Amino acid sequence: MAATSAALASGNATTYRTCPRSGLQFERNAERLMIFNAVTAVVALLVGGILAIGVVLTRWPAVHWLAADTFYLVLTAHGINMLIFWMIFFEVAVLYFCASTLLRCRIATPKMAWLAYALMLVGAVMNNIDVFRGGSSVMMTSYVPMMATPWFYLGLILFAVGALIACFVFFGTLVVAKRDKTYQGSVPLVTFGAIVAAIIAVFTIVSGAIILIPTYLLALGLISHVDPLIYRTIWWAFGHSSQQINVAAHISIWYLVAAVAFGAKPMSERVSRGAFLLYILFLQLASAHHLLADPGVSTEWKVVNTSYFMYFAVLASMIHGLTVPGAMEVAQRAKGYNKGLFEWLRKAPWGNPTFSGVFISIVGFGFLGGISGVMMGTEQLNLIIHNTIYVPGHFHATVVVGTTLTFMALTYFLIPVLFKRETISPGLAKIQPYLFGFSMYFFCLVMMGAGTLGVSRRHWDMAFSGAALAYEWPGAAYLMMGLVGIGGLAAIAGGGLYIYITVGSLLWGKKLDQGAVSPRFTPIPPTARTAAAQTYGSAGLVAPGSFVLAMVFLLAFVLYYFINWKYLAQLWGMS
Amino acid sequence: MSAILPPAERLWWKHPLDRVEGLWIAIAFAWCMVMFFMMVGWHIYGKQNLSTETYKTTPEMFSAKTQAMVDKYTVRTETDEKIPVVHPPEGSDVYLIGRLWSWWPILELEKDKTYKLHMTSMDYNHGFSLQPTNINIQVVPGYEHVMKITPNQSGQFSIVCNEFCGINHHTMVGRLYVK
Repeated sequence: MAATSAALASGNATTYRTCPRSGLQFERNAERLMIFNAVTAVVALLVGGILAIGVVLTRWPAVHWLAADTFYLVLTAHGINMLIFWMIFFEVAVLYFCASTLLRCRIATPKMAWLAYALMLVGAVMNNIDVFRGGSSVMMTSYVPMMATPWFYLGLILFAVGALIACFVFFGTLVVAKRDKTYQGSVPLVTFGAIVAAIIAVFTIVSGAIILIPTYLLALGLISHVDPLIYRTIWWAFGHSSQQINVAAHISIWYLVAAVAFGAKPMSERVSRGAFLLYILFLQLASAHHLLADPGVSTEWKVVNTSYFMYFAVLASMIHGLTVPGAMEVAQRAKGYNKGLFEWLRKAPWGNPTFSGVFISIVGFGFLGGISGVMMGTEQLNLIIHNTIYVPGHFHATVVVGTTLTFMALTYFLIPVLFKRETISPGLAKIQPYLFGFSMYFFCLVMMGAGTLGVSRRHWDMAFSGAALAYEWPGAAYLMMGLVGIGGLAAIAGGGLYIYITVGSLLWGKKLDQGAVSPRFTPIPPTARTAAAQTYGSAGLVAPGSFVLAMVFLLAFVLYYFINWKYLAQLWGMS
Repeated sequence: MSAILPPAERLWWKHPLDRVEGLWIAIAFAWCMVMFFMMVGWHIYGKQNLSTETYKTTPEMFSAKTQAMVDKYTVRTETDEKIPVVHPPEGSDVYLIGRLWSWWPILELEKDKTYKLHMTSMDYNHGFSLQPTNINIQVVPGYEHVMKITPNQSGQFSIVCNEFCGINHHTMVGRLYVK
């Protein structure tokens, strides 16, 4: 104790706060870093959400609000703020949480973590200012030879360097925990998932560096040429993998929420962790599916990358799709909700936004995002989908319903636990995941509908005003795009509600007791064996309800898959 | 709360799995195999596969070849801009240029006949989106993509650019006739 006091006095020591509501332990530096990263993420979400109004009101044909140049500027800024800044700032907070809080240890090199935050912030602001100045409306993908200003690339590079440092602070924290023996045996499953996300993040950022640095030099005029096809290939090793960070992160949070909402244990650590490992090995390679409609890429390369490799990643997601609800089901059945196949689900806490948000996310991510993603990633089926508005329909189902909604759900858990505030307007918080989630479902479905009719993505005017040769889309396409506008506005209202509740809670929510502060971490005691694993070899299935849900999912998948092949078979012959 | 606590037994890869998990993994794996063989099988039995025949090219080389085709097979012109309509014979090489912001020239093909379509872009990435058939192919500058196409419907088709290529992207519409 004397040593601790001396360390405290010298300023090198830290303190740990035990949250009285969750029992989680927060280290002082880590807590502040989590708060700053999460709040910055929400600011990026707010900016992206305001821009979304411009996007949907322009693509709604009857409204067609913004001028063409403004629309492309707004679309570029919307994509980058949502997909990069909102998600990665939030993920950095999640990484620190999964390392420092779950392992009850101090964060490694807090100064480096602040440097990472500063670089990310400077990069994000620089990129935003540049896009809003109007010279860099090049979209998220920014394909060369179409060029943005050097500031655009420099902003992204600084942000990426910051994110990379944050990943290494996360890894360093794991080392600290191991050395200080703050946990016993293996890391928790949620931390394991976060490690997977961080490993994918390192691969992603390195790919980004390989392609964005030469492009930056090209923008500066220091080199003369970046090959457009090589750019596309490496850009997607970065672009798609960055979405896999999100997937690994949000699935970790699904397990986390199952644990905090139900006290659920994973059915089998081997299955859940094995599925996470499949992500590391195979998910990034699946980014090849963006190149299926490209010239100069061989069939063998496409088939290997998008079938052999991608399907192991698909398999991993299908496994999580069973094991997350399965873990919830086992926990609920243990509490006595044993009637029939679905009493466990009917009696789930549907009024708790942390649970409802995650469950809506699981269903939407699987049915809408997962199935449509496999369609797009199938070599030949891609021909009827590539660059249509089906593509944003798909990725809004994966990254908005999947990741954004999961992060929103987690926030409701974090407001009292991390921010020590009571949530304002609990009634609104209760309905927010439903409003946002279901309007996003609708939005994605009608977008995919319009995409099936061929409507292009990233297109200012589906009426082609001023074109020498016109084309008129079928009336149904106009109807669908109108519904995209309505669904989009409803989703934006749901997002606005989230911002109101979270920012409002932080500003004027009732302050809660922060819990006992101590200069030392508390090692985690060993846990009991998992309930499900012990029933291995018994006569029944431990989670029959989840299995039935999984089979419904498979049936939808199989039907939709073959419907698309039928549609493809009617096209012109090509070879 | 064991998903946020360390597992009880350190060697997690030795944990048993439940029957429901084993069954689902087997089913999901089998389905992934079906999907794998669909893609390979479609190359053998299906008619819609994207060609991988590609050459490096330059705008000068490609426009020379396109101009030669236009000079030889133009049957009429359309619109105020006098866009040539070319009607090349069956089996011939057909060229299509994508550039800011047009597809050039207008092609006239015959139903159930096969042609070798060559495409490239003169400037940025463009998207070849044939409507209302809904065939979508990326057009990348510097690369000449060659594919055999066999139209199976007659009528008037439009080629919409579906890769963002600048402010007038929405005016980039071409035409294709099938007799």
